[in-house]
Amino acid sequence: MADKNSVHPAQLDYEKQKRKEEMKQQVITFALMIIFTIIAFSMVASGLDKLFVIPIIVVLAAVQVGFQLYYFMHMSHKGHEMPAFMFYGGVFAAFLCIIALGVLVWW
Amino acid sequence: MSTMVATNKRSFGSTLWDYLTTVDHKKIAIMYLIAGGFFFIVGGLEALAIRWQLVKPMNDFVSAGLYNELITMHGTTMIFLAAMPLIFAFMNAVVPLQIGARDVAFPFLNSLGFWLFLFGGILLNVGWITGGAADAGWTAYAPLSIISPGEGVDYYVLGLQISGAGTLIGGINFLVTIVNMRAPGMTYMRMPLFTWTAFVASALILFAFPALTVGLFLMMFDRLFGSGFFDPNMGGNAVIWQHLFWIFGHPEVYILALPAFGIFSEIISTFSKKRLFGYSAMVFATVLIGFLGFMVWAHHMFTVGMGPAANSIFAVATMAIAIPTGIKIFNWLFTLWGGNITINTAMLYSLGFIPTFTMGGMTGVMVAAASADYQYHDSYFVVAHFHYVIVGGVVFALFAATHYWWPKMFGKILNETLGKITFWLFFIGFHMTFFIQHFLGLMGMPRRYWVYLEDQNLDLGNAISTVGAFLMGLGTIVLLYNVVITSVKGEKVGPDPWDARTLEWAIPSPPPFYNFKQLPLIRGLDPLWIEKTEGRSGMTPAEPIGDIHMPNNSILPFVMSLGFFIAGFGFIYQKYDAIWLSLIFIGMGIALGAMLTRSIKDDLGYHIHKEDLEKEAKE
Repeated sequence: MADKNSVHPAQLDYEKQKRKEEMKQQVITFALMIIFTIIAFSMVASGLDKLFVIPIIVVLAAVQVGFQLYYFMHMSHKGHEMPAFMFYGGVFAAFLCIIALGVLVWW
Repeated sequence: MSTMVATNKRSFGSTLWDYLTTVDHKKIAIMYLIAGGFFFIVGGLEALAIRWQLVKPMNDFVSAGLYNELITMHGTTMIFLAAMPLIFAFMNAVVPLQIGARDVAFPFLNSLGFWLFLFGGILLNVGWITGGAADAGWTAYAPLSIISPGEGVDYYVLGLQISGAGTLIGGINFLVTIVNMRAPGMTYMRMPLFTWTAFVASALILFAFPALTVGLFLMMFDRLFGSGFFDPNMGGNAVIWQHLFWIFGHPEVYILALPAFGIFSEIISTFSKKRLFGYSAMVFATVLIGFLGFMVWAHHMFTVGMGPAANSIFAVATMAIAIPTGIKIFNWLFTLWGGNITINTAMLYSLGFIPTFTMGGMTGVMVAAASADYQYHDSYFVVAHFHYVIVGGVVFALFAATHYWWPKMFGKILNETLGKITFWLFFIGFHMTFFIQHFLGLMGMPRRYWVYLEDQNLDLGNAISTVGAFLMGLGTIVLLYNVVITSVKGEKVGPDPWDARTLEWAIPSPPPFYNFKQLPLIRGLDPLWIEKTEGRSGMTPAEPIGDIHMPNNSILPFVMSLGFFIAGFGFIYQKYDAIWLSLIFIGMGIALGAMLTRSIKDDLGYHIHKEDLEKEAKE
């Protein structure tokens, strides 16, 4: 095992590069999230048809949750497979229940 | 030396205090076993009362109202207070040992989960002495459960809410434990099947119990605070309760059945002296059952009027579950095939389980056919079906596990002769009780009726069924006697009395409180067997002897649960008089105070020192 103080300079460069890349992605996602929020609010303010506005807001919200999880909470990194699996398991179970209750009870 | 615990010759008071404050998974397992066993007997006595009422036509052993309470409490007790905790008993006793861990991930939460379950269970049963237990069926369908007078259903709602929180905590604990605390080399595909099934069952608990929590909260508000979630007159919908209950209720069946499958996989493999046939297919089938278990809940509601499209979808999804279950049945048979089979009590239960559960699965596919279900629904055919699945699957597994893991938990083997007597009494009694109920159901005897008329060809069948139930009761008494006689007279056995395959048998029986002096190195599936075939007597350590970090005992879980228990009474009785609100404040104050104490007081645990471990090894 290599000592932590004597990391190879190429390795150091690579990690620096990677962090820079990540920072850039985070800034872009942050900007996108603000834009999404502005879109959502302005759509409500402009008084468009409900049937048109609600699905779009739901989609925007879903994308934002994805951004949050993958770019800010590092779910794409190594070692997050099990949390990701559990997360999607929960989403799956909740989705099934909501869709079925929606269709069977209130439709 | 100061950190070592003296285990012999202690006063009763200090032993009691030790159990009230323990965070050791092995002691919590014993408490789950005792509490679950107690509720199993309570539920069994309720079952005997039900059967005695039905022994002859127009019997008047109990009144109609008491009969409703008996069937409700029998179902609720057996599922939530007997089967679940007994499964948790074996998960606690065995899973950390099987993966080579020193305890579960959150020992404090483990203790909290147990005490919440116990106080919830007690609250549920308090109704018996305060003027009537819950009487709306174990499914508590609205609107019956909303209009049911008295406090019975309130005790059901609050009791299940508290014990459900305990179960949820336990499930999360096992998920984190199995993900994070496996010994070096213990990859997912080297985990014993009992650990795998405990893992999937814990995931099901995580996803299924929130639906019950929501349902119970809605019912609590409807009953106690005048809301109308299930009241059509106020814009509610009574069917929502059924959906929420079964979104939880169907995965619950697999939460019970999957660990049972795991238990049988361990036993069949050990006593056939073969590795489990089709291990990876077994894992796949377990995960698939867990996955499909969430898409089938509406098969309990075919006659509600969801329409033919919904009924067909849920019918097909339900039948699909027969495929992974069939994979499992065949793998057990192939594990037996050509094995060097030892028939003892644990193995008898496993061999009895295979045909019994297959019959339960067969009738399961029958009731899954939506159109045919209109005939079976709410008849004794359904009663027979789910008892074949739950008793034939889960209870047999719990009895088998009791015999199989008793030496690991207590260091003594349960008497084999008495064990076999229990098996035959219980097995014959079970089939006498429930096989005939298929035909009673097909002849039109409805479920949950407290009497039936003479000369409708139902007399003989019901009499046979009652005799069978008493045989099962007799078998249980023999088992209790066996436990007592073994504790008094049984001889101590070594770490590995069964010549078994998995990791728990590599350490002394009962295990020391730190489980593994050195974490073992896992080199494959059935790690102990691998070492044995290569001529070694124990596991190869993966680390040098070092200090072991242990958690401190704590009374806080007990206090917290007691707080919620007291608050439960406040929530129920405030509907009569606002003065009872004070109990809510006292109870929640105790619980929140205990939480605050836990949050702000640092509890860093203690270390068992290397020197003490070495000294102990020399003695």
